Amino acid sequence: MSYRRVAVVGAGITKFMRRALETGPELAWEASSMALESCGLALKDIDGVVIGSAPDAFDGVHMKAEYLADGAGGWGRPVTRPYAGGGTGVLLPIHGWMHVASGLFDTCLVVAEEKMSTAHPHPQGAFITIFDNILERPLEPNLIWIFALEMRRYMEAYGITKEEIALVSVKNKRNAMDHPAAQVAGNITVKDVLESELMVWPVNRLDISPVSDGAVALVLASEEKARRITDKPVWIEGVGWNLDTTYWTNRDLAYPEYVERAARMAYQMAGIKEPRKEINVVEPYDPFSYKELHHLEGLMLCGKGEAPKLTADGVTQRNGDLPVCPSGGLLGVGNPIAAAGLMKVAEIFWQLRGEAGARQVPGQPEKGLAQAWGDLMQVGTVIVMGADR
Amino acid sequence: MSTRVAIVGIGHTVFGATSPGVSYKEMMFEAATKAYADAGLDPRKEVDSFLSCSEDLNEGTSIFDEYVPDQIGGAQRPVYTVGGDAIQGIATAYMQILSGVASVVAVEAHSKASNILTAQRVHALALDPTFVRPLDVHAGFVAGLEADAYLRATGCGREHLAYVVAKNRRNALANPSAAYGAAIDPEDVLASPPAFEPLSELDVSGSADGGTVIVVASEERAKALNGRPVWIRGIGWASGSFSLASRNWAEAEYARLAAEMAYRMAGIKEPRRELQFAEVDDTYSYKELQHLEALRLFEPGEAGPATKEGLTRRDGKFPVNVSGGSLGVGRLLEATGAQRVIEVVQQLRGEAGSRQLQNVHAGLAQSWRGVPTASGAVVILSDE
Repeated sequence: MSYRRVAVVGAGITKFMRRALETGPELAWEASSMALESCGLALKDIDGVVIGSAPDAFDGVHMKAEYLADGAGGWGRPVTRPYAGGGTGVLLPIHGWMHVASGLFDTCLVVAEEKMSTAHPHPQGAFITIFDNILERPLEPNLIWIFALEMRRYMEAYGITKEEIALVSVKNKRNAMDHPAAQVAGNITVKDVLESELMVWPVNRLDISPVSDGAVALVLASEEKARRITDKPVWIEGVGWNLDTTYWTNRDLAYPEYVERAARMAYQMAGIKEPRKEINVVEPYDPFSYKELHHLEGLMLCGKGEAPKLTADGVTQRNGDLPVCPSGGLLGVGNPIAAAGLMKVAEIFWQLRGEAGARQVPGQPEKGLAQAWGDLMQVGTVIVMGADR
Repeated sequence: MSTRVAIVGIGHTVFGATSPGVSYKEMMFEAATKAYADAGLDPRKEVDSFLSCSEDLNEGTSIFDEYVPDQIGGAQRPVYTVGGDAIQGIATAYMQILSGVASVVAVEAHSKASNILTAQRVHALALDPTFVRPLDVHAGFVAGLEADAYLRATGCGREHLAYVVAKNRRNALANPSAAYGAAIDPEDVLASPPAFEPLSELDVSGSADGGTVIVVASEERAKALNGRPVWIRGIGWASGSFSLASRNWAEAEYARLAAEMAYRMAGIKEPRRELQFAEVDDTYSYKELQHLEALRLFEPGEAGPATKEGLTRRDGKFPVNVSGGSLGVGRLLEATGAQRVIEVVQQLRGEAGSRQLQNVHAGLAQSWRGVPTASGAVVILSDE
């Protein structure tokens, strides 16, 4: 199977922040404008628009993509909203890729916006509505509970300690010091993480990404268009997504099998046989510190239970053999949910073009991967991108 | 690579004003089971990708795709939600197949509207929260203003709208799945109490519950199956201005743009001659007329008089909403477009029972996402 080649040619991002004064459409406009300007295009050059955002319950805006459409360049254009909870950020360029790969469109603007601050007093109130309305909601679950369960299971299955997991927060928050859009960058230690407020054991405050507002946008183009737009197109070489059963209580939470299935789909398309050798830079989803490790294993970039060692050995540092979350990830840059996933794709775009500035990983990386995750510990979305070398 | 895409399976439940005996999961399961049987496919082995069309606040559940996979055969498979109408879901399936990432895609959409206790308040949450929502009005006012603008622009009157309602409610009497079939006359519509003036209560469709699944396949897979493929010759979707302040109230810009895209793809220059019938959105009576004109099936201002003359009746020259439309079947949230597509498929296959049209080979289905949106989609289907 040969696919029509699709490139990312431009990217834009707003600052990630706890409480943006801009409205959602204004944030979307800011990121979209920056993405278009970055590749010298104007809105008139855009054929189709893809808009993403996580739950409408955050903003209390029904049919949120309709509301965002004017700000995201959707007026007078084909607009759709792909949606897979926290997996949305990486699903967006996959859905955008379909627009161009199908031959229906030559260019596509992909926009992710999230405004969690409008949920008062805290988005946890909105998160209650993700649970089963009959079996789970009456328990008034907090989102952190289920991640505590999963983290605990992961630690138990492979004998992993909280110290090993805390290293992820330390690395990512430090990486984020070099990201101009970062919300919670910092030079912290393992001790700081372990001594931060206990949320739900074994999760401490510094194991968790923050509540954020922000937007990110990408411009996609067909090969012919991309060659005219830029000397440095970054090709979308593989896409994959996978959704596991609703009944998460029946799953072994030690391993994200749905991420592996999504990765296999993307690797097959990209012709990747040995991901650890072929992928040079990776942005796995890290809303919680243990999730980066969990996802590295699901992506088959290391064996099950081996990601903590990779981290302890410095392999995942920006100057390591497999740089992981050089952006600073959700733990450092912030977590405006859909926008955070797309930020990871934008980071791979900048890294493969050699435009990541102080965050640039050494050695001219040729292939990168971004991944997001969401729903009831249930969905994996994966994109593999390659530089034009 | 195949360049043609077909609908190879359809499945749906009865569309009822309420559905107290079944959950949304059971409705989805019934529709999926019927669609896979219709297509002759094993969903666990032969469907590559699954799409569900829904919006969270209609479901009362955030991140609704969490609750989708098991009952449609999608667990541990590629599945995601399209936050939009089912025809946008079919468009996504179409892109997945043409891009080569899937050969067979199932598109699910459903409505459990009877579960929504405060529909008016949910609806109001779709209004711009900064500029419009503070006015604290029923979102239906947008339809009233649009209807007024449409009537002023075309010179039509409420009477023309009343003919749409009477036709569609009567058409629904021949549709065993429809919730709102009724033998009513235009006079009944004109005499019903005002809703959003100039619209009366009978100008507004009632909501219904139901599940739908549509299976879409590449040409290669469609031909290998034993069914009767209905080909997607063109598909288009578009959004007009979301902002109430900057939209053209008289014209359905989104329908015009979506149709232009679909006609271009299908190579259709004179839609009225090349298509034999249409299922268009009639959430409100004026929408059927406004949409018929935006789709270039009638000249501006002519859809109303043509409807009054009976041109769009089941036995007319260009039948519109033979299924009964939303006014007759019921408004099905994001499944509204799916119900229209299923009707066109049934007509083209000759499976429409007592409402079967004769000598039809190409038809159009169109959807609109309802107030306050300006988004819609169009698909052109043919039996060849």
